[in-house]
Parts: sequence; structure tokens; C-alpha cells
Amino acid sequence: MKKIFAIIPALALAVVLLLSCAGCGGKTLTLNVYNWGEYISDGSEDSLNTVKAFEKWYQEEYGQKVRVNYDTFSSNEDLYAKLSSGAVSYDVIFPSDYMIARMIDENMLLPLDYGNIPNFEYITEDFRNLYYDPQNQFTVPYTYGVVGVIYNAKVVDESDASGWDLLWNEKYSGDILQFNNPRDAFGTAMYKLGIDVNTTDKADWDAAQAELLRQRPLLKGMVMDEIYNMMASGEAAIGTYYAGDYFTMLDMVDEDNDTVDLHFYYPEPTNYYVDAMCIPSCCKNKELAEIFINYMLSEEPAVANAEFTYYASPNSVVLNSQQYAEDMGEDFMEIIYPPMDSFRNNYQAYAYQNLDAETLAYINELWEKVKIN
Amino acid sequence: MKKSRVLSRIVIGLTLLFLFAPIAVLIAYSFNSGKSTVVFQDFSFRWYQNLFEDKAALAALRNSVVLAVVSTLISTVMGTFAAYGISRMRSRFFRSTVMSVTNIPMMNPDIITGISLMLMFVFVGTMLGLAESLSFYTMLIAHINFSLPYIILSVLPKFNQMDKAMPEAALDLGCTPMQSFFKVELPEIMPGVLTGGLMAFTMSLDDFVISYFTKGSGFQTLPLYIYSMTKKTVTPKMYALATIIFFVILTLLLISNLTDQDDGKNHKAKNN
Repeated sequence: MKKIFAIIPALALAVVLLLSCAGCGGKTLTLNVYNWGEYISDGSEDSLNTVKAFEKWYQEEYGQKVRVNYDTFSSNEDLYAKLSSGAVSYDVIFPSDYMIARMIDENMLLPLDYGNIPNFEYITEDFRNLYYDPQNQFTVPYTYGVVGVIYNAKVVDESDASGWDLLWNEKYSGDILQFNNPRDAFGTAMYKLGIDVNTTDKADWDAAQAELLRQRPLLKGMVMDEIYNMMASGEAAIGTYYAGDYFTMLDMVDEDNDTVDLHFYYPEPTNYYVDAMCIPSCCKNKELAEIFINYMLSEEPAVANAEFTYYASPNSVVLNSQQYAEDMGEDFMEIIYPPMDSFRNNYQAYAYQNLDAETLAYINELWEKVKIN
Repeated sequence: MKKSRVLSRIVIGLTLLFLFAPIAVLIAYSFNSGKSTVVFQDFSFRWYQNLFEDKAALAALRNSVVLAVVSTLISTVMGTFAAYGISRMRSRFFRSTVMSVTNIPMMNPDIITGISLMLMFVFVGTMLGLAESLSFYTMLIAHINFSLPYIILSVLPKFNQMDKAMPEAALDLGCTPMQSFFKVELPEIMPGVLTGGLMAFTMSLDDFVISYFTKGSGFQTLPLYIYSMTKKTVTPKMYALATIIFFVILTLLLISNLTDQDDGKNHKAKNN
């Protein structure tokens, strides 16, 4: 017993020393990155670990060690809560469009020095100066996505598979999935009815609610992440999600299962999102953060990240990469990068923007009624 | 006689099934070659290999273990001394009051403990003018905070069970109070200390709510990491990780049970 008592503190001391020594090898810079979970190429399945690659590249380029502390969050609200508490310090964050607009409003982001981010030139014109950052002073877009409809071709007739009407088709009663959050669910009804999703007119929201109530008896369920398993196993036949997620579902379908054959199409109009890299006001080393952002735009890491996340990249280097197109295959490229007259016009017209508190409260009230029905 | 025996076996069987079915499913699917959680394709180590290539997941695991080990050690020492003090209180009223007070944090919902700790850290941090008030150390303090009552709760009964004449005899025979504590009392209360330590370790390892509120930048624990994977689906490599953790804890428990039994035998032999 006595021996154990001597060994345990010794071990503890060793652990503490090891921990505290992580930063004592000369001058090591640290960079705190806060990103969505599973949103960067992490080195699994022979991919490139982009964070490690950055550390290595930085040391070769600048002769100084840098340690990237990479943390992950699960929602924009999560990120917002952490940052606004003022108790943490991050150097690079990856919020979505509407949250960026809010953070700029509240002075939570620092304007970027684009001189340190020369690779910004790779960002296609369509993805600059979008509504959340009209002068493009704060953001560098990382990924974007378009919502589409996923259906099981073994259950759904090809002739029915178009537009938002499929989600209201009585023929497939009990096979349809709807989003389990108010903004996205109301969005589907409003796109179907041709209503502006950012309207503040209560009558419009009432009309959308009526449409959702009409759909309610046809639904298999209202889901978020459960959609992956339900679609991949054939439990449900119709659902909507981002194009990148469709490929995650395809990965999950069992090869021997001949009752599931997932297909995908874009209804018109539909929803768009952009996630961008920003520097929050708590940043401690802005130049290093800008170098990191710049590195993420360069070819090797940008391609690796796009291949890992399955989401579309606004980076022209990725789009023009032969290797990317080959790795992902023709089907993927066609679906992830649909032909569009102008991303900007679609995005500015149909993407969700931040609503005022009164409208949000009204939507939540309407949503409660949809849920209990 | 026989009938009731069969019945009780069935009940035990069902209880075990109820307790372990989720873990059994998780373990089975950690060896699935596909991503599906419905269909088992082939047996493979794909997700284990995948896990060991994911540096972020391994870093989170390392952080969790470091935090759990350090917080367990500190809280075990602190809790043992606290129990020592409480057991020696003369006034019965005072003692039971102190016990109730130390029990309150255990009854408190995690979310309240988490928020109140965060508020305090931010408050103190702003007062001291720190740029970031949350860090590894705030998380460590939080973990010590919630494990402490469990240590006291498991060590105190051992002090009470102990024959009070033993430390007195040790003092009579020339021990200093310090020697008496380490040579006589500590071996007596050791089972309680180990149980409390084990409990603190597992609680620290799987705490989510309190860590969520007190976490600083650059130090993410495993539960927080897994939670953040919900933007996409939780990948099966997490099943692999959970399987490994399950077996490590199982081995720890087995070892601790075996050593406990040994201790019991020795005691009997001595007493005879």
C-alpha cells in the first residue's frame, strides 16, 4: 500500500510536468482555432491532416514553432455563447452567414488585413461581398451548400421527383421527413409557396404554417441528424438536406440492400448557406491567424478539406483541381456544383437572414402549433 | 424451490441485458466495416485504424485523461484530509451540519454548478484583469469541486468504522501524530480512499455539462469533442473509442476488486 502511495504522486508529477512542458521548447507560438466538428481534413483514411501540415509548413517557412490548439463546437449559438462570455480567446473561427452578420453588428469580429491573405484572390467573385459582409472586410468563405431533396428511387416514381411538391405528395404518406427546427421547416413551405423567407409580414408566416399543417399527416417524422440513418436504411423515402450530406448518406447505404437507391435533385428556389473564416476580437495573434487563413486557401489543404467535408468550395483552386474532380467523381461534381446563373443572386434572394426578435417569437409560436398537431 | 431459482435467473438475465445491451450494440458496430448503424456488413478494424489517425480525437482523449488523473489526485488528498477533520469534530450538531453542507454540491444539478462556476471564474478573471479567464486550470478547479463530496462521502465512514483505540495506541507507543496517520489510520481507510478516487476519476472522465461551461480555449475534453460532431453524424470511430474506454475501465474495476479481495483475506488470516 505504501508503495502505491509513493508511485501515484510521482506519476501525477510526471503528468503535470509533461503537460506544462508542452510549450517550453523555446518560443512556441500558439494559435487557437475554433471550428465545427468533423469540418476539416483530419488525416483519417490517408487524407491530409491540414492542421499538422500547417504547423510543419509554418516552421519551414518562418523558422518558428507553432502549436495549433484545435477545438470544435456544435452550433453557431454554441460558438456565440462561448465568445460573448468574454472568457475565452480564439484566433480563428468558422461561423455561418447569419451569425457573422450578428457578430459584425456586435463588434465581435476584427477587420482582416487582406495583405496577409493574398490567396483571397482564389475566392470566386460570386462569393465576395455577400449580404452578411457587404464590404468584405471581415470574412473569407470556407464552404457553401445548397439544400436539395433526397429520395429513394425504389419507392418514389421518377415522374414525381421534382420541386417542393414531392414533400406534400399524398402518394408517399408516411415516407416523408421534415426538418425539426422552425426556420428550416417553414423555409420548405415558403419556397413551395413562393414567399420570401425573410419576410416580416405575419400573414406570410401564417400561410406557411397552414401549408405545414397540411403536410403534417403525411410525415414519417420531424428529424435532424436521424435523417442519415432513416434514409440510408430505407425507413423513410423522402427528405431534404444539404447536397454534401447526401453523399454522407450514400456512404452509409449497405451495398447488398436492394430496397434503397438514393437520388438527389434541387428544387427551385431553395436555401443556401456560407460558412466563413473570421478573426474574433479576442484574437491574440492576428497576423498568425491571417497566415493560417491564407494557408487554408492554398491548393493542398483546400482540396483536402473539400474532399473531407463533401461540401462545396468557393475556392477556384479547388474547382480547377484535376485531382479533386478525379477523386470525387463525375456524379459528385455535378450535384455539389450545380449549374447556376449566379450564386450571388440566388444567395442574396433566398438565404436565411437574421430576423428581428418579434418575428422570431411569432415563428416559434406558430411552430409550437405545428409540432403538437 | 427450483421454480423460484429459474425465475430469479431470468430476472437477473433481463437486468443484465437491460444494462449492457446498448454497450454490446456499440461494441458490435465498432467492428462494422460500413458506416451504417443498421446493417452489419463485415468484421473489420477500419474504425480503430481511423481513430488512431485522428489527431484531434486523440488529443481530446489525452486531455480528458490528464484532467481526470490530476483532478482525482488533488481531490482525493483534499477529501481525505477533510474527512479526517470532520470525523474528529466533537460537536455532533456541528458535524452533521458540515456533512449536509458538503453534500449539497452532489444534489445540485450539474447545469447550476457549471453556470455558477463559470460566473465566478469570469468575475475573478475580470477582477484580476486576465485576457481569458477560462483555461485548463479553471476546468481543473471545477472537476475537483464536483468530485470532492464523493471522496468525503466514501472516506468518512471508514474513519467512523475504525477502532478509535488504534491511533491512540500508536500515539501511546511513541508515534508522532503524523506517523500515526500514515502508519495506522491510512491503511485502515485505504479502501474508502480508493473507492472515492475511482468514482472521482470516472466522473471527471465523463463529465459534459460542467466542462462545457468552464472550458477555456485550447483544451477540449472527449465528451465535448464527441458532442461537436453532431454537425455531421457521429462517425463509428467514436464507437471504437468508446469500446476501448469501456474495456479500460472494466480492467480497472476488476483490478480494484481483486486487490480488495486480497486485502480481505490478509485481514482474516491476521485476525485468526
